[in-house]
This record gives sequence, structure tokens and C-alpha cells, in this order.
Amino acid sequence: MDSVLFIVGLIAAMLRVATPLIYGTLGELFSERAGVLNLGIEGTMFLGAFTGFAVAATTGSLWLGLLGAILAGILAGLLMSLLSVRLGVNQHVAGLGITLLATGISLFAFRVIFGESKVPPSIESFPMLQILPDTNPLAPITNQYLLTFIGIALIPLVWWIISKTRFGLQIRAVGENPEAADAAGLNVYAIRTRALAIGGALMAVGGAFLTLAQLGSFTFGIVAGRGWVCIALIIFANWHAVNVLWGALIFGGVQALQLRLQTQGIKLPYELFLSLPYVVTIIALTIAGRNASAPSALLKAYRRE
Amino acid sequence: MHAVEMKGIVKRFADLVASDHVDFNLEKGEIHALLGENGAGKTTLMRILYGLYTADEGQIIINEKPVVIHSPKDAIKNGIGMVTQHFTLVPTLTVAENMVLGETAGITLNLPALEKKVAEASEKFGIPVKPQALIKHLSVGERQRVEILKALYHDANVLILDEPTAVLVPQEVDMLFEALTRLQKSGLSVIFISHHLNEVMQICQKVTVLRDGKLAGTVNVADTNLKELANMMVGRENFGVKRQGQRERGNLELKIENICASDKKGLPALKDVSLDVHQGEILGLAGVSGNGQTELSAVLCGMHKITSGKIFAGDVDLSHATTSDVCAAGVGRIPEDRHANMVGELSVAENLILDQMNNFVKNGIMDYAKIQKNAEELIKSFNIKASAGDRVRTLSGGNMQKVMLARTLSQNPRIVIASQPTRGLDVGATDYVRTVLLEQRDRGAAVLLLSEDLEEIMALSDRIAVIYGGRIMGILPAHEATAEKLGLMMAGSAA
Repeated sequence: MDSVLFIVGLIAAMLRVATPLIYGTLGELFSERAGVLNLGIEGTMFLGAFTGFAVAATTGSLWLGLLGAILAGILAGLLMSLLSVRLGVNQHVAGLGITLLATGISLFAFRVIFGESKVPPSIESFPMLQILPDTNPLAPITNQYLLTFIGIALIPLVWWIISKTRFGLQIRAVGENPEAADAAGLNVYAIRTRALAIGGALMAVGGAFLTLAQLGSFTFGIVAGRGWVCIALIIFANWHAVNVLWGALIFGGVQALQLRLQTQGIKLPYELFLSLPYVVTIIALTIAGRNASAPSALLKAYRRE
Repeated sequence: MHAVEMKGIVKRFADLVASDHVDFNLEKGEIHALLGENGAGKTTLMRILYGLYTADEGQIIINEKPVVIHSPKDAIKNGIGMVTQHFTLVPTLTVAENMVLGETAGITLNLPALEKKVAEASEKFGIPVKPQALIKHLSVGERQRVEILKALYHDANVLILDEPTAVLVPQEVDMLFEALTRLQKSGLSVIFISHHLNEVMQICQKVTVLRDGKLAGTVNVADTNLKELANMMVGRENFGVKRQGQRERGNLELKIENICASDKKGLPALKDVSLDVHQGEILGLAGVSGNGQTELSAVLCGMHKITSGKIFAGDVDLSHATTSDVCAAGVGRIPEDRHANMVGELSVAENLILDQMNNFVKNGIMDYAKIQKNAEELIKSFNIKASAGDRVRTLSGGNMQKVMLARTLSQNPRIVIASQPTRGLDVGATDYVRTVLLEQRDRGAAVLLLSEDLEEIMALSDRIAVIYGGRIMGILPAHEATAEKLGLMMAGSAA
């Protein structure tokens, strides 16, 4: 019975940990398939976490908070587009710049709105859905946040958009050969900009999940490198939406596992457990990354001569 | 009636005038050649017509109506299609997906229906393509057909072809010309960019010649001849360098025995290649690009491993040699990609000693006086238009190649491996490079010339080998080699 409880709890936690990663990686997928490496992801997730929290706390509506986070994410995506697509700034520089900017603005605005208090302000967060009654032993797995279910549902949707719609075809074209797209009469800048805006929105929802659903409060370390994990996961997923799920679940699973291992009284420094998800990520990357093939135009700003 | 009129087109790039008040008229239903050397402004003019560049001055009139073309989208709307030199196809997409890339109607793609439409267009225009095939799996000739069909599919009635034959074997060229003639009969107007005079004479009705960005003249093909066109093109009477006479060939210098090698993806790229190059001869290796030339050149330069076989330079076994072993054995290399073999940020003088630094060291530090002197001598003897301190990246392609030649040939190598030595150079620089290669032959060096330019191979080589699919299809002495024979071998039939 104990082991069933352990596994059920593990799976439930795995889904929770994976949720923000699914949103972030899908957001990054849109950017990268269009040919832009968006290292602004860490900052955009942080901005989404903050904006979602701040709007929800001031208006009292979690859904307005989510909408605010989406708008903030779109703005961050548009800024990335302005810098890296329109102005042709090096994508690494532009992305890291946006991460620094978005983090800085969020922290600043948080102090302005909420001041410095010993107890961090909190909100009533999204409830978990009650799909199975609490007495059912599988309830912890099925009873998740709505955002988790939406995130998982987004994976086939994003796959469909990228591979079956005209917009998806355009994204793939500008990410693989922008010259060809331009010669075919497509507006490379506009398509990349749209992809970045959608990507930014998804990243921000990933961040907002942390404040609006999982924690109900905002702390400075809230995103804690999840954006960088998404950058790794997208290589693991070989830029395919469906594989994003497996990557996020593996990372989420190991993260959930290490939290449980820490409480098992094993005589090892806890830092070893903390590092476990990252070690597994590196190992998974070295195995999956060998055959990874990035979009050909990734990192290249498009310029007509 | 004019299908297209371009009047007084001016295009400047910084202080270079790429197109200087050029007029160009295209009649309906004609094949009109745009002839000129590299850098004469042919492509620039057509990129303006197709909206890839915007002209600084001038007017474009299509079907008697002035139009403004800001982007390819505008051009396509005006019935203009262009097949550029570097194909604008997305390799990871299918033929049908590439065809409909520019369309914006509808959210979802009904691929089976699109593929059917593409197949119908393929039938209608008589240009065979496979709608479901991925572009990356197609040959160059097939890709070109996709490009042409793409333009026609979008209702082009003016088709611009930028050096369409440069990438084709002779048989594919015939196929292309057949299709163009047929399409012309159904009312299509074609602009045919080329620097091959023969082709122009063969297929076009009218020729507009550009030189240094200026209009040199427009003539009817029926009223002109090769010589006149050549004169208009280069503005001088004589051009072209040719090997003179037979030479007695000397000892065997470079011996390649049954070598095999894989390409970067691990697929076999060289299959059982054997070649002998003797002192005082140029052995030309002809072939369409991507048939193993790159790998062979890399192998001979010590940059790529062979999986079996032997390579000897004289008595020295170079089968598994490093680049420095190759240098030490007296092999001079003129590599395919000059940019990758020079350091753009370093000066001409520094690049000139890059592969022989040890000769320019005194007590462990670089002897800059000697380096400078070396550079000044080589700049003079190889006629490099730059000074010793200039950064190499600021040099033109021709001067960069001269630096490469000077570095390699000043060491008097016994063996010279020249890969695509004139690719991307203008006629003047090309002549120079060819002259230098012939000098090396006359000096007694064994020269292996890898080139995709059949004219170059035929003008310089004493013997000609053809490579196809990583195999040597045969070796012919120069006097037996005709373009037709070589063309067949380049397309994969054995001699």
C-alpha cells in the first residue's frame, strides 16, 4: 500500500512539475521553429509569474491575472522580435538582455506594488479540479490544476498548428530557409514576429502557473532556471512538439523523485538529490542531442542584401 | 508589345554602382539573354525586377503600365517569376508545400488536394515533378524543375532564370532548353541570365549585354556572332587561357590507389578512387558538384580520413597523413573554400605565412621584418592588389585567391591540388589563376585540378578524369575528350 501511495504521489507531482516546462518549451518551440533562439525565456517566465500574481492580487481575479501574464509575454516576445528580427541584433545578446530586463522590471515593480514585507503576500490560487472523489486512491493523479490539462492538450494542438496549418508551414519555411520564404512572397519579419509573440505568451503562462496555481505567492527565486531547462528540453525533443511531453515528464519525474528521496533519510548530502534532475537532463541531452537537427536558419537574422 | 520595360535603372551598394542607368526591354514570347561577366550587374538588375532589391532610380513598366515592385510578392502579382542561382526552396518541406508557400488563403492545408493540383500543373506545363517528394532528396536538376514549375504555378508570364545551366550536366541542359522552347510557344517570355555564349546563341532570340553595371548593347542573336558578343561582354579582343601543345610527362608524382572515404554523414563518398598524376602534367577531374570532389580534395589535404586505400607523394606514404605531413611532403593546396583557409581578421602578410610559420621565427618570436619582406615580394610577383597590412577579409575574391596562390606556390610544391580555383572569380582573375596553374605544370609540378567548370578542365588539362557518385568513370587524354563524351560520363555512364 505504501508503494502504491508513493507511486501515485510521484506521478501527481511529476505532472505538476512538468506543467510550466510544457508551456515554456512549447513557447520556445514556436520561436525556434521560426529561426529565433529566444533566451529571453527565463525572464519571460519570470515576468509572467509576476504579472499574473500582481494583476490577480490587485483585481482579485485569477483569470485577469492569467490574461495579464499572456499580454506581458506577448510584449516580451515583440521586444525580442524588434531586437533580433527587425534590428538584427545577435540572438544570444538580445535574449539574455530580455531575461535581465524582464527580471529586473518584475522585481522593481513587485517592490513598488507590494513593498518589503517579512511575509510574502499571497493570493487564493486556482483550485485543483475534482475529477475523482478524494477517497479514490488515484485521485492525486487525476485531480490537477486546469492549466495542467490545458498544457497537455496544447501539445497535440501545437503539433497540428506546426505541421498541418498554413501558418505552421510558414513558420517552418522561415526557420529553415528565410530566403526561400521571402522569394515566395512571404513576409519573413511578420511571420517570425507572430511566432515570437505566441511563444512569449506561452512562456508567460508557464511562469504564471507557478504563482496563480501552484504556489499562490511570488518569490524572487520562483522560476529558478526553468527557462534554461526548457532550452535543453527543446533540443531533447529534437524540435518536435510531441517529444516535448516526454522531456518535460522525465525532468518532472526526476524532480519529484528527488524531493521524495530527500525525505527517505538516506545519508547523502541533499545537494546531490537537488542536482539529480539536472544530471539526468545532461545525460538525456547527450543521448538524444546527438541526432538533434536544429532548424537550419536558427540564430541567423534575415537580411535582404 | 513589351512584356517588361525597365528604364534608367540605377542601384548603388555603398560606393559601388551595380546598375548604372540600364535600359532593358523584353518582348512578349521571346527568350532574351542577359549576358555579362561576374559582377556585370545582370543578377542585380533582375533582383530589382523581382523585388529582391529596390532600385534607387528608374522605372519599371509591365504590360504598358508603370508598376512599383517592393517585394517578390508584388512581382508575383505582376506575373513575374524568378529562379535564382541559389534555389529558394525549403529542403525539409515537400515539393507541394514549397509550391504553396507564398499563398495566404485558408488556415489549414489540405495536402492531398494541393498535391493533386501540383501534379496537374506538372502535367499541364510538361515539367515532371513528384509532389510528395522532400526537396532534400531531389537532385539539382529536379530542384530546378520544381523552381520553374513553382513560378508557372503562380501564373508567371515572365520567367527569369539566373544562370540556370551552371548546375546542370549537358543532358539536363538539353531537357531544360526543350521545355523552355515549348513554353515559349505557349506565350511565356523568358529572361535568361548567362555568361555562356554558346547557350545564348542556341536558345535566345535577343541578347542584352551588360558590362561593369552599364548597358553594353542589345542585339538580335540572328545578327551577331560569338566573337562580337564576347567583345561586348569583356570589352577586349582576346580572352581565355589555353594549354599550348603536348608535353612529355615526367615521373609519377602523386599516386592514389583505391581509396574509399565517407562523407560527414558517414555515407560512402569516395569509392575505390585511383588516379596517377605525373610531373609536368595537369590532370583535370571533372564532375557535377557533390560527387565526391570535396571529400577527395579534403583527403589529399590531410583533412579527411580514408577508410581504405593508399596515397603516395613520390615515395612518401600520405595515406594517413596530417596536414603538416602533407605540407612537408611538398604538396601545395589551393582549397575549395578560400574563406575557410584564410583568417579574415589577419593581415595579408600574416596569412601568407600561415602554413609555414616555422620559417619565420627567430629565437621563438615571429620575425616581422622577414614576414613583411616576404609579403612585399609575393604581392609584387603575384600581382595582388592590396598592401601587406590589409586585412584579408577586405580583399576581393580575386585578390584573396591570389594570396592563396602566392602562399601555396611560393613554396614550389612538387604536387599542386587545386580545387575549384576560379569559382566566383571574374574573367580577369580567372585568366590569371589559369595562367599560374599552367606555369606550375611547365615548371614540372604535378597538378591535380578539380573543377566543375568543364571549359576550364578542357582548356587546361593534359588528361581528364570524370568523377560521378564517388567513382572515377574513366580517364581520357585531352585530345580524345569532347564536351559530349565528358557530359555523358558526368551524368553517370562509363566511358
